[in-house]
Amino acid sequence: MATAKVSDKQVSMRDAFGQALVEIGKTKPELVVLDADVSSSTKTGLFGAAYPDRFFNVGVAEANMTDVAAGLATCGYRPVISTFALFLALKCTDQIRNVICYNNLPVVIVAGYGGLSDSFDGASHQALTDIAIMRALPNMRVVVAADGREAEEALKEALEHDGPTYIRISRNPAPLLEIDEPFKTGKGRILREGKDCTIATAGVPVPMALEAAEKLAAEGISAEVLELHTIKPVDTDLLKKSVGKTGAVVSAEEHNIYGGIGGAVAEALSRSTPAPMEYVGVADTFTESGPYDTLLTKYGISVEAITEAVKKAVKRKA
Amino acid sequence: MQTTTGRSTELARLAQQFRLEVLDVLHKKGTGHWGGASSVADLLTHLYFERMNIRPDDPKWEERDRLVLSKGHASAMLYTVLAHRGYFPVEEVQTFRDLNSRLQGHPCMNKTAGVEMSTGALGHGISVGLGMSLASQLSGKNFWSYVITGEGCLDEGQSWEGIMAAAKFKPKKLALLVDYNKVQLDGAASEIMPLDPLDEKFRAFGWRVAPKVYDGHNHDEIAEAFTWLDSEEAGPSVMIFRTHKGKGVSFMEDNHKWHGAPIDDETYAKARPELEAGLAKLEAK
Repeated sequence: MATAKVSDKQVSMRDAFGQALVEIGKTKPELVVLDADVSSSTKTGLFGAAYPDRFFNVGVAEANMTDVAAGLATCGYRPVISTFALFLALKCTDQIRNVICYNNLPVVIVAGYGGLSDSFDGASHQALTDIAIMRALPNMRVVVAADGREAEEALKEALEHDGPTYIRISRNPAPLLEIDEPFKTGKGRILREGKDCTIATAGVPVPMALEAAEKLAAEGISAEVLELHTIKPVDTDLLKKSVGKTGAVVSAEEHNIYGGIGGAVAEALSRSTPAPMEYVGVADTFTESGPYDTLLTKYGISVEAITEAVKKAVKRKA
Repeated sequence: MQTTTGRSTELARLAQQFRLEVLDVLHKKGTGHWGGASSVADLLTHLYFERMNIRPDDPKWEERDRLVLSKGHASAMLYTVLAHRGYFPVEEVQTFRDLNSRLQGHPCMNKTAGVEMSTGALGHGISVGLGMSLASQLSGKNFWSYVITGEGCLDEGQSWEGIMAAAKFKPKKLALLVDYNKVQLDGAASEIMPLDPLDEKFRAFGWRVAPKVYDGHNHDEIAEAFTWLDSEEAGPSVMIFRTHKGKGVSFMEDNHKWHGAPIDDETYAKARPELEAGLAKLEAK
């Protein structure tokens, strides 16, 4: 088990990602970065300023960006493509499936503004289906980062992997997590031990899950917090071990409740370790504009929603 | 009319032989795309047997020229050309579209030696070729990236994204060959989605455009196109080749019905002698 603390230090994942690109670029000449006219938002512009020869701003043409990256990858380069999660998952699905995944090309897809984090721009910019889509593509690995450090670690590992990785990051400053167990793609982490119910989560809801567990403890319910930053391949062994012990599970994610982490968890457990399960996430509806925090709360992603879901799941245990 | 050189006749003869072999395999399998395969036969033959800097015995040689057949439905012709060029045994073409075969319905780069990019869904080739040509330039390896599209690919919006981006980044060694047979799956391009004036579109998008539309079944003209391509180092460059869908079989030429219809016994019995006669004529030259 890892120990995890939510620190007071706030860093945005996109800043951490942009700075990591510049750092990695120093020693990795094969790193090339492509963006679709949002490099000042995604922070790939930092790389562009440092290495203009290896940076390609293709304009608002995401599908082309994806396939240009694929072409570069076939010739030994290590491309990172970046724009908003919504556009990557929906405007480039054909390119990501038929060119990147089918050919297992080492293109790293860094999806900015994940979940509801592009809050004021509204439903047209909020990505709540990307994990479902990416998870259904063979060869794809799917990572949802919870803080700036994870964004950087996931990027570094993805750049060493001989195949594609989709990394979802977020827009706004978020607390850095102090987790003593090292990040490893494909391996979940138990951030808090418990015996009554497992909370399987990733991304922005991770600190919420930790807080919910704390509150539940005061009410006599012991919740285990399992961070599944890698949604694919999901850490089935750890899930089975945890839920085998607790006998109930709640998924908590910044995504539609269909097809995301909840789906991955249910698929992983249903064959070997079925247990009462509750889903925290957006209830298959279109969202709206508003401040990020209140938007998350309105659409069912909050400490309270997690707490209530855990109580429900525990109650359903025989 | 230009004088046809011996080499051009030899290339035309090879392309015709490949058409015959493709017709045979499509008939045998009862599946595959004859129209686009016969249309692109001369361009592929010229590229692989005359133009491209490649090493079939070392298909991953880093400095090789790349070819992206964006119109992946012409796969049977690509496989036939690659096999005869030495990438894999010619007999293997007989496994086209079979279960467990390396020769997929549409080209797959991870299964078939010599295939540089998996294609099939239309519209990807120009973007991928652009990426390859940027890699060529960045690495200093200086290889060519050739892309072949038909009308279908140019209907796709992504192609024009790639065309715009290529004009911005100006890779010197990106060449687009348009297999312009003017017939699509559902009918004539003029009915389905008119592309003319195609050369003017490319000019307006900032490409270097060949001064004429070449006859894509005449190897002197194909050679002339490449002479133009080499005359200046200022890509991206496009060459439009007038071709005919179903080339070599009179009743199939320019007929959209033969885009992907199976070749049944009766059709085969009528079509094959025409291709044989064409081949005999070229052999007599």
